[in-house]
Amino acid sequence: MELQAVLMAAGGGSRMPDLTYNTPKPMLPVGNKPLMWYPLNLLERVGFEEVIVITTKEVHKMMSTDPKMKDVKMKLDVVCIQEDGDMGTADALRHIQQKIKTDVLVVSCDLITDVALHEVVDLFRAHNATLAMLMSKAHEFTDTVPGQKGKKKTAEQRDFVGVDQSGKRLLFMANEADLEDGLSIRKSIMRKHPRMHIKTGLEDAHLYCLKKAVVDFLADNKSISSIRGELVPYLVRKQFSKTTNSPKIKDDAEDQNQKTIDELLISSRDEPLLQLAQERSCWNDHRGDMSEAYHGGKLRCYVHIIDQGLCYRVNTLAAYIEANRLAPKLFEEPAVHPSAVISERCQMGSDSIIGALCQVADKTSIKRSTIGNSTTVKEKVKVTNSIIMHGVTIEEGCNIQGCVICSNAVIGRGADLKYCLVGSGQQIEPEDERPCLPCLKRGYNPQKH
Amino acid sequence: MADSGVTDGLCDTDDIERSKTEGKELTKEEKQRLRKEKKHQKKIKEKKDDAASHEDEKKKKKKKEEKPVGAASQPPTQPSQKVAPAPAPVPVPASETPALADKPAKSKADLKAERRARQESERASKQGKKGDVGQPVPTSKPKAPPSELQPVVKRLPEHVQVDNPDVLKKLAKKLERQQIPLRSDYGYKVSLFSHLHQYSRKAPLTQQLGIPSTVIHPAIVRLGLQYSQGIVAGSNARSVALLHAFKQVIRDYTTPPNEELSRDLVNKLKPYISFLNQCRPLSASMGNAIKYIKKEISNIPSQCKEEEAKSKLLSCIECYINEKIILAAKAIAKYSIEKISDGDVILVYGCSSLVNHILCEAFEKKRKFRVIVVDSRPRLEGREALRRLVQRGISCTYVLISAVSYILPEVSKVFLGAHALLANGYVMSRVGTSQIALVAKAFNVPVLVCCETYKFCERVQTDSFVSNELDDPDELIVTRKGKTQLEHWQEVPSLGLLNLVYDVTPPDFVDLVITDLGMIPCTSVPVVLRVKNVDQ
Repeated sequence: MELQAVLMAAGGGSRMPDLTYNTPKPMLPVGNKPLMWYPLNLLERVGFEEVIVITTKEVHKMMSTDPKMKDVKMKLDVVCIQEDGDMGTADALRHIQQKIKTDVLVVSCDLITDVALHEVVDLFRAHNATLAMLMSKAHEFTDTVPGQKGKKKTAEQRDFVGVDQSGKRLLFMANEADLEDGLSIRKSIMRKHPRMHIKTGLEDAHLYCLKKAVVDFLADNKSISSIRGELVPYLVRKQFSKTTNSPKIKDDAEDQNQKTIDELLISSRDEPLLQLAQERSCWNDHRGDMSEAYHGGKLRCYVHIIDQGLCYRVNTLAAYIEANRLAPKLFEEPAVHPSAVISERCQMGSDSIIGALCQVADKTSIKRSTIGNSTTVKEKVKVTNSIIMHGVTIEEGCNIQGCVICSNAVIGRGADLKYCLVGSGQQIEPEDERPCLPCLKRGYNPQKH
Repeated sequence: MADSGVTDGLCDTDDIERSKTEGKELTKEEKQRLRKEKKHQKKIKEKKDDAASHEDEKKKKKKKEEKPVGAASQPPTQPSQKVAPAPAPVPVPASETPALADKPAKSKADLKAERRARQESERASKQGKKGDVGQPVPTSKPKAPPSELQPVVKRLPEHVQVDNPDVLKKLAKKLERQQIPLRSDYGYKVSLFSHLHQYSRKAPLTQQLGIPSTVIHPAIVRLGLQYSQGIVAGSNARSVALLHAFKQVIRDYTTPPNEELSRDLVNKLKPYISFLNQCRPLSASMGNAIKYIKKEISNIPSQCKEEEAKSKLLSCIECYINEKIILAAKAIAKYSIEKISDGDVILVYGCSSLVNHILCEAFEKKRKFRVIVVDSRPRLEGREALRRLVQRGISCTYVLISAVSYILPEVSKVFLGAHALLANGYVMSRVGTSQIALVAKAFNVPVLVCCETYKFCERVQTDSFVSNELDDPDELIVTRKGKTQLEHWQEVPSLGLLNLVYDVTPPDFVDLVITDLGMIPCTSVPVVLRVKNVDQ
């Protein structure tokens, strides 16, 4: 077996608390499919037959009832972990170390992409890399986000990513938060790769191919808890650190008994034959200096950067809205579910999606919106640019613009909502006018505003 | 052209006209007849063989050989040669123009008469043949002359028949059966080379494979990728990497129930070899290594336990690499150092792992010489050779191949590496080698080719057109000062880019071949091949 797929679906969605108040992030509907269906679909299309899904009990329960998840033909090995949120992604990998028998492909549940996965995996295979990851050019979300008054927040702290001339080898990775005085690059990197391109406009897709030796290394080093935050920068740094053959004092505070990642990598069988083949081969990945291919380094990290194509991480509200608009274009599915009942005098735009068992009455206008399963839309309702989740009831004469309405909410007659975020199970009083207000959660008194 | 050949053989005008119209049909009919005859003869032979005990072994041999042959598009020419142990003294020139032009046509009556005569002689010989193993050789000899007079149908390898749609269809069927995707050709092919495959590096075969590859072992997928991207390049490196991957395959192999390891493992390896062939055409050294492994696997006795058999195979592979590559390099270095004297100026071309090894060894042995490295586009492998030599401390000069006639007056010897040595003494090597040898000959500079014996190949070629490898034409495109002139070459209808990989050097330009068996002239290559075959 070549690669084992691991789907990380235990994340809390900490950056969109309003949406995930009732529904856990992996099950948020995007284009009327649960969010975690998209990476599973990607894995299935590419040819995986088994996936290990790390998630919470709540999500596991919801997964078994969701009809879309039954479409997934792969064998899902669900591992439930505690919901307290202390477990990072690396901790989760350590938890399932016994199940990992070969190299592993880690995917996050909030990734929606149509990338050709073989590009990432080919880098991993061809160069015998320790880590291969996927990054894309960051997107600017232009739509107004409901619940946010005024300008958008400034861009979150940037990532500085350094790649070599070919654009494939990952040389440097740091987050702005970790750099206090400025960007410092070690001399050993500059000596080996005098030309480095540093990019800031990249977004990590949280898709990683890791060697089995890395999982074994994680089992020994319990201090690493997040793949993205700690493991990846560690591996990128370790590419250029001096390999210590004798047990000297190491620079990181590691136990002397633990094996370093280099030792784990080298202990593969037939290493001398591979060495011989590399020596006899007349290929080098760089030129201009006296060193052999890869500068003799065993640890190599590669990155594939996508320019065009869809690649979103749905971890903020803006991304969620954008994803809802674009995700349905990935698949050739009918916009209107066959079981939905739509009256004839309804004006429906072509970019709208209607879920199963919906009832849409006369004289309604639905443009650029997503309507979830089992929602009822009564007469003379105008829905524009909105996302309406499952089980919502919209009474007559409402005007909903740019809103996100969570499941099981009830919008009273004649309500006029603009750029609002309605929590699940909420009830909007009739004749309510809400121009761009912060989200309405359960327990919020709508009278007082 | 076929018609004129036909008319030359006949004197009767009626026959001429008949053969003109029926020329092609006759040959097809003849082919079908030949096939039927051979099948019939084989059936008769096999029935008689059932009685004798020796003949059982021959049957097994024939059956094994029939299976790969049965799928050929054209029937094999000499069934007698299959039975005879020694290889044909005159190797069949596979590079000739299509066989159709060679056939002298005969009239139907003549053919029938000959066939009858042959059957009679066969039946007579079979009476006295029981229990005698030596007989097949004389029976094959009388068969051979008649079959040579018959229209000889030669079988061309698939990879030089890309412009023949039937062959392509057969290949597609075979790959489909083995569940391997077919790699499509890329770009416009220059008409002289349109019979060869031309692939693009940007369209790897893994695009069409599922990601956790289940059909093909992951080590082989990795190897195929490394071949197609050029990460493992060079005859020796490719063979070593191939054997390394095979070791992993053998380690992960488990015999399915009711199957024998010796037969099943060989069948498992066949799709892997097709896959590697699709990624990059196999080299002669790889072909020999594969033959060796297949032989070793089929020689495993059936009583052998799986663990034992696997460890035996792994040690065989280790042994092969050690003997044929590592120790051979040492032996060649020892012989070559005798030929390097102090004050020599040695010219090398491209990056040959063996030549680099020799020069480094000679430098260790304190010989005083300097090296001129000649390089050529698009691969520019000479840079890597330059780096390795300079790292050791050897003083080097670097020129491009266009300057070779300017630099040759300084040169005292030329050392060349080889990709394969063909049975007629020609040296197949990186494109440009024959130019160097030619210019060196013009300047009377001795040319020494260094080659291990495992690269000796039974093929025969006299030119570089018939069997070669076409690399990605986009590799020729270069960007200078921000301008890429050839960027849209595909849109210009009269422009074709050709990126050849190998060329063939005649033995007149080569003065000495240094192998691990010693220093031999180029014309002794068939002798070495014969000795090798007898050994095995």
